[in-house]
Amino acid sequence: MQAARKTLEASAWEILEQIPDPEIPVLSIVDLGIVRSVEVDGTKVTVGVAPTYSGCPATEFIEDSVVKSLQSGGITQVSIRRVLSPPWTSDWISDRGRQKLRKYGIAPPEKGAVARGRLLGDPMATERIVACPRCGSENTEKVSEFGSTACKASYKCIECLEPFEYFKCI
Amino acid sequence: MSKDQALIAYVTRMGDNAIVMAQRLSEWVGHGPELEEEMAMSNFALDYVGQARMFFSYAGELDGKRRSEDDICFLRDGWDYGNVLLVEQPNGDFGETIARLVLFETFYSLQLEALATSPATKLAEIAARAIKESTYHLHHASNWLIRLGDGTDESHRRVQNAIDRLWTYTAELFEADPVDQIMQSEWQGPDLTVLREHWHRQIDELLAKATLQKPEDGWMDSGGKGGHHSEHLGYILAEMQSMQRTYPGANW
Repeated sequence: MQAARKTLEASAWEILEQIPDPEIPVLSIVDLGIVRSVEVDGTKVTVGVAPTYSGCPATEFIEDSVVKSLQSGGITQVSIRRVLSPPWTSDWISDRGRQKLRKYGIAPPEKGAVARGRLLGDPMATERIVACPRCGSENTEKVSEFGSTACKASYKCIECLEPFEYFKCI
Repeated sequence: MSKDQALIAYVTRMGDNAIVMAQRLSEWVGHGPELEEEMAMSNFALDYVGQARMFFSYAGELDGKRRSEDDICFLRDGWDYGNVLLVEQPNGDFGETIARLVLFETFYSLQLEALATSPATKLAEIAARAIKESTYHLHHASNWLIRLGDGTDESHRRVQNAIDRLWTYTAELFEADPVDQIMQSEWQGPDLTVLREHWHRQIDELLAKATLQKPEDGWMDSGGKGGHHSEHLGYILAEMQSMQRTYPGANW
């Protein structure tokens, strides 16, 4: 019984690791850090999902794809629990996720409270350094605090002249 | 009023503030002074919609009348809305929208911070989630207020007028009615007297950086929390609710 439960949990995680984030498909929802838990009760699986931003339009879509993917993987009784606490921050993105982001051309968020303090503390505080995901140069410039989705800002590299996106550190 | 009724009323009001801010900020889509601000205002509006949804769903869970977030949002009239008058004021020019964002978000961040430790666990969780977004909004709006206030004569004049005009709506934020009082005594809600001091300190500091004058308190308008609104809310609701009013229960 113990072994069977373990297997169900493990196979659920395996399936979840294959589900891409709809807005940044290079990341799986597990890399992104929004899958908080997988609880197994008999044959029933409950997945805890934390939304990134309150108004993220992909929240329902992601929950829907979790249910559908698990069901097509043979786990029929699936329910979703929305987890608000502790809230998602960019620190939840896994190291593997950060590497994937960089490779994809998105500068990953800085880790930790220091960077956040610099970003959100004194409005006149000095800009943080964001390295170009393409050439690695730190000679970059912020174009906009906002980007194509709620979680990204727009930057450009002065060295290689490539525009790129920065995953905001919140 | 029981402590549970007060909690429901309070949570609904927070949803009302958020959804009305969302409607006002979305009006900038297609009219922003530049592309970045177009994205900023719509990003902020989206955050507010998400927060409103969480507040309304929670209020619906609490009152046990099987009301969904949509029922609460779309099927109440103006007198049932308890948002503060500040958030329903017209956008005015970009400077005025920024001024309102600063005045409201400074209050809202402090309110959320206080609520993050409330024994109403779900409210505390929503607050902890929303505060991260609120901080980002405030950061952006404060930078703009400094840029406009300490900018050209024209931008300074406009944003000073905006602060002067909106000032009359700021006292309501700190008026504690029975709902606020019960929230404070039973659910560790914010002490509005203390919150007001913090708010003034932050606003003083920011206005000084923006080279703007702080207005004197004159006649201060209020009534929104109790459902007595300016004419503006009716127009917002008419537009937002038209689909559900025309086709009740419409779903897609």
